[in-house]
Formats: sequence, C-alpha cells, structure tokens
Amino acid sequence: MSIEIENIGKQFGSFTALDDINLSIPSGELVALLGPSGSGKTTLLRIIAGLETPDSGRIIFNGEDTTDRHVRERKVGFVFQHYALFKHMTVFDNVAFGLNVRPRDSRPSKSAIKEKVMELLRLVQLEGMAKRYPSQLSGGQRQRIALARALAVEPQVLLLDEPFGALDAQVRAELRRWLRRLHDEIHVTSVFVTHDQEEALEVADRIVVMNKGRIEQAGTPDQVYEHPANPFVLNFLGNVNLFHGRIPQPAQGERKTVSYVRSHDIDIDRSQQDSSSLSAEIRHIQKLGPSVRVTLTLASGEPIEAELTRDAFQNLGLQQGEQVYVRPRQVRVFVEDYQI
Amino acid sequence: MKILKRTNNVLPGFGPTMGYTLLYLSLVVLIPLSALVFKTAGLSWHDFLEAVAAPRVLASYRITFGAALAAAGINAVFGVLVAWVLVRYPFPGKRLVDALVDLPFALPTAVAGITLATVYSANGWAGKYLEPHGIKVAFTPLGIIVAMTFIGLPFVVRTVQPVIEELDAEIEEAAACLGASRWQTFRRVLFPLLTPSVLTGFALAFARGVGEYGSIIFIAGNMPMVSEITPLLIITKLEQYDYQGATAIATVMLVASFTMLLVINLLQRWSRRYAD
Repeated sequence: MSIEIENIGKQFGSFTALDDINLSIPSGELVALLGPSGSGKTTLLRIIAGLETPDSGRIIFNGEDTTDRHVRERKVGFVFQHYALFKHMTVFDNVAFGLNVRPRDSRPSKSAIKEKVMELLRLVQLEGMAKRYPSQLSGGQRQRIALARALAVEPQVLLLDEPFGALDAQVRAELRRWLRRLHDEIHVTSVFVTHDQEEALEVADRIVVMNKGRIEQAGTPDQVYEHPANPFVLNFLGNVNLFHGRIPQPAQGERKTVSYVRSHDIDIDRSQQDSSSLSAEIRHIQKLGPSVRVTLTLASGEPIEAELTRDAFQNLGLQQGEQVYVRPRQVRVFVEDYQI
Repeated sequence: MKILKRTNNVLPGFGPTMGYTLLYLSLVVLIPLSALVFKTAGLSWHDFLEAVAAPRVLASYRITFGAALAAAGINAVFGVLVAWVLVRYPFPGKRLVDALVDLPFALPTAVAGITLATVYSANGWAGKYLEPHGIKVAFTPLGIIVAMTFIGLPFVVRTVQPVIEELDAEIEEAAACLGASRWQTFRRVLFPLLTPSVLTGFALAFARGVGEYGSIIFIAGNMPMVSEITPLLIITKLEQYDYQGATAIATVMLVASFTMLLVINLLQRWSRRYAD
C-alpha cells in the first residue's frame, strides 16, 4: 500500500518537530528515515501510525485520507525500539494477541489462529519458543517476536522505530540482513527509523535523510551517498573532511566555498603526484579492524582524516610523525551559505 | 546450606543481616505468638473444642472473615479505580485527594468507628437516606463491612499506585496498533500486570479487616450471633478472666488468617509466573 505524506507539521510547545513534510512512499518499498536524534523521524513515523496527531497536513494511505482514523483502524504493524512485548503472555499469546482481540464475527477460529501463529514463528525462526515468556528470550529474539506479533494482523504498512537500536552490534547486523530478506519475501510497505547510516544504506530501498524537522534528501542509497544534495547529507553519511576555499564569481566577486572529501576518498603518497597533492604530517594512527584511520595535519594546520584499507596501509608502511602527501580523489564543493 | 558458604558476594553482610532479621522477627512476632500457642496448650482437647467451636464463636468467625473478605473485595475494585484516577488523570485538587487516601491509616480507629456509627445511624447524614429504603447499615453486619472497607482502602491504593505509574505507555500503544479496544487493552494487557499488586493490597486489607477492633465495635451493634466480631469475643472472655478460652479463639484466628494469607501469597506468585 502506498503512503502519501502531505504538508505534515507538528509542534511540541515551542519546538518544531516537523516542518511541512512532504513524502510519498510507493507500495512495497522499504524506506529508511535517517537522521540525528531530534530530527523528527520518530515523530513522523508515529504520525503515520496514528499514535501522534499532526497539527497540519494529511496522511493518505492508498489514496484514502487516514489522518483522522484511529490507530486501531489503520492496519499498521508497529515495532518499538524496546519491543513492548506483553511480558505476562507467552510468545504464542503475544503473537496471537492481534487476532484474539478481533470482534467475534471476524475472529479466526482457534485452530486457524494457532496455524497462523506457528507460521509466523517459523517465519521469524522461533518455532520452538511458543511457550516461553518474553523474559526468557534474548533481545534479538524478543524483537523478532515483536515483528511476528505486528505481522499477525496482516498490516498494510509495517513501521519500525529504531528496531535494532537496543541490540548489540553483531545481533544488529544479523537482524538487518534478516529484515531485508523478510521484506523481499513478504513485500509489505515498510518504513523504519534509524540514526545509523550503515543500517539505512544496507537495508533500505530508499533513504529519507531528515534534520531539524525537515527532509534534506530522499533517494536510493546510491543517490544519497554518491550525490548528496547538501553538506548535511554528505556529513551525515560517513566521515568527511572540510577544505575552505574561495571561487571567483564575476558578478559578486569572490564567494566562500567549502569542499568536502570523504575520509576514504583521500590517498596518501610518499611523493608529490600532481598539483592536488598537499603536504601533511601524520599525527595519529588508529587501526579499526579492516581499515586504518590516519589523522594528519596540513601545512596550514587544518586536521584531516584519511581511511585506508589495511593492505594499503601496510604497503606504505606509514609511521607517526612522518611527512607525507595527501591527495583527495573525489571532492564535492558547496558554496558556503549552508550551515551544518 | 550452600548459600551460607558462598563468599565474595557483591552484597556482603548476609550473615549479620539474616541474623538480625531472625532475632527481630523472633522478638517481635514469634515469641508473643508462641506464648499464645503455649497458653492454649494448657487446655484439654475437649475444652479447646468447646471454647473455639461454640455456636456463638462460630458465628463470630463467619462474620469476621466474611466481612473482611467482602471489604477487601470492595477495596480491590474501588482501590484500583482510585489509584488509576490518581495516576492517569490530572485534575484540580489531585494532591489533596491523594493525601485523603491515607487518612484511614492516621485516624484513631475509635474516632473512625464513632464517626461511621453516627453517619450511618437511623438519623445520621447517610443513614436517614438509606433507612427509608430498608437499608440498615449501623448496628448490622453491613456496618462491619463499611468500617472494614474504610480502614482497608489505603492498602490497595498504595500498593497498586506505584505499579500503575510504572506501566510502560508503549505496551498500550502496541495493543492499540494490534486493534485492541481500550477495554480489551485494560483487561488483557494492563490488568494482568496489576494483578500481583492488587492481590497484595487485597491480602493486606483483608488482614487489617480481620484484626480490626476499634472502629467496628462502635458501628457493629455487637449482637451475639448476628454482628459480633471475633476480636470482641476475645475481649469479652478476657473480661471474664477466661484467659485460656480467649487464647484458644485467638489461636484459631491466627491459624485461619495465616492460611488465607499464605494462599493469597501463592496466588500472587502464580499471577507473576512470567517474571522468572
């Protein structure tokens, strides 16, 4: 089911959580709302779900205005960051809840519910856990149960609020891949909120980058990563270095510019290669598993971070305190009127 | 006793604290209670039965435990309601109402008894409206229930209130997303989480009701076989210098109360079986 978000605005007291948001989510897509905390991404998700009412604007599901429809009638599946499982119910009863609370005439029979629940537990790979209580499960298992519970009511939209935020790195990476596979299987329109750019890049069909209650850019992971619309997006998706400069403009004289280079787009050489090589001194070397982060200072005193593969680092044999040359491979220049 | 051998616990002081706990419980609870049992043991089995199973005594058990159960039941329903309102809704005078709940704790029971008797008597504030409808409260078993309800209210409210405060808003949102109505959310999601604390409150209110004396004797009328509570019967025996008879009845009350509290405790544990 498609979702149209039209001119949505939301204030909390004097704080503007959402400022005239427009977004359309095609049916069957997996969309990530990405942004720092306080960017309004969770508020937007809760407004789509109907857990929060917007001050202005409309939410349209499949061409039908649902702005004033109660959360009960929206047929959304919502997954919370801290699972929000019913701790006094077994895993089975948690998943069956949405079916059990249906009015009698539309409630499936006991055996149909059982079948459905077991099918969902198979889907989340937790068939053996039906009789357990949530307190007996690990975080990752709890979140999968929460997902199964949300899917039990056959939602038209699946909304996930930082679904992996409370899990440790390894489980998070595992569940990420699993969510992607699951989505490829069931194809329900899904929106998930995250502040983790890696998660968004890996899982989503489309990324909506948000900041201060506004949408900075919406596009495929490649689009937002390769062609960031502005310095905020560039900065939020990966480590970047800033170079300040000026470009002459015939009409207004000079304008200040800022050039951005991602830390893995910087080459380190022992000798000057061309005019773009800048001399720098190595200040600090940090080994981060597969990559190595080298902190340098330019002759002008500006600090620079470069990220090398382990191989490249070992071939160069870099040492702290050495004089080297840095060469940006890919530079993005923005005229400076934009504040990050 | 494996637990005693464990050292290097992050919470040291098991020995002294456990020792103190046992000593304290012995001095304050066990010694007086065992004195009670020993005193009773002086009676022959026949005399004991005669003392504790006389018709008038049996009637007093029925009244005392029946009224205490009824009162605790009423409090379990309305106490939860009061706690819910106090936690969930902002309203003017909320603090005042909150403080009012504790009043039955603080009021001398005799004052409460006299006040209730006056209010519910045939020409009292409440009594004069109830009496024409054939509802007699003062000097009937109903009066006993009223008095026990009055003194038991804070127990339920104060045990349930913090639990309602701790309820996570997200579980209600989750239930709503899954299509549950407000009532279904309360009955299936919230109430089961409150049950252990409601049972605790119920047990406390019940125990208080069973042991209550001061406020009841003023409103009960104390008619033998009809509205005479067991504690009053014990006092009466004492006044007649029948110490062994008094302790015999007291022992029966003790055993009965302990058994009921134990059952409620087990129920409570069952109701939070998900927590382990």
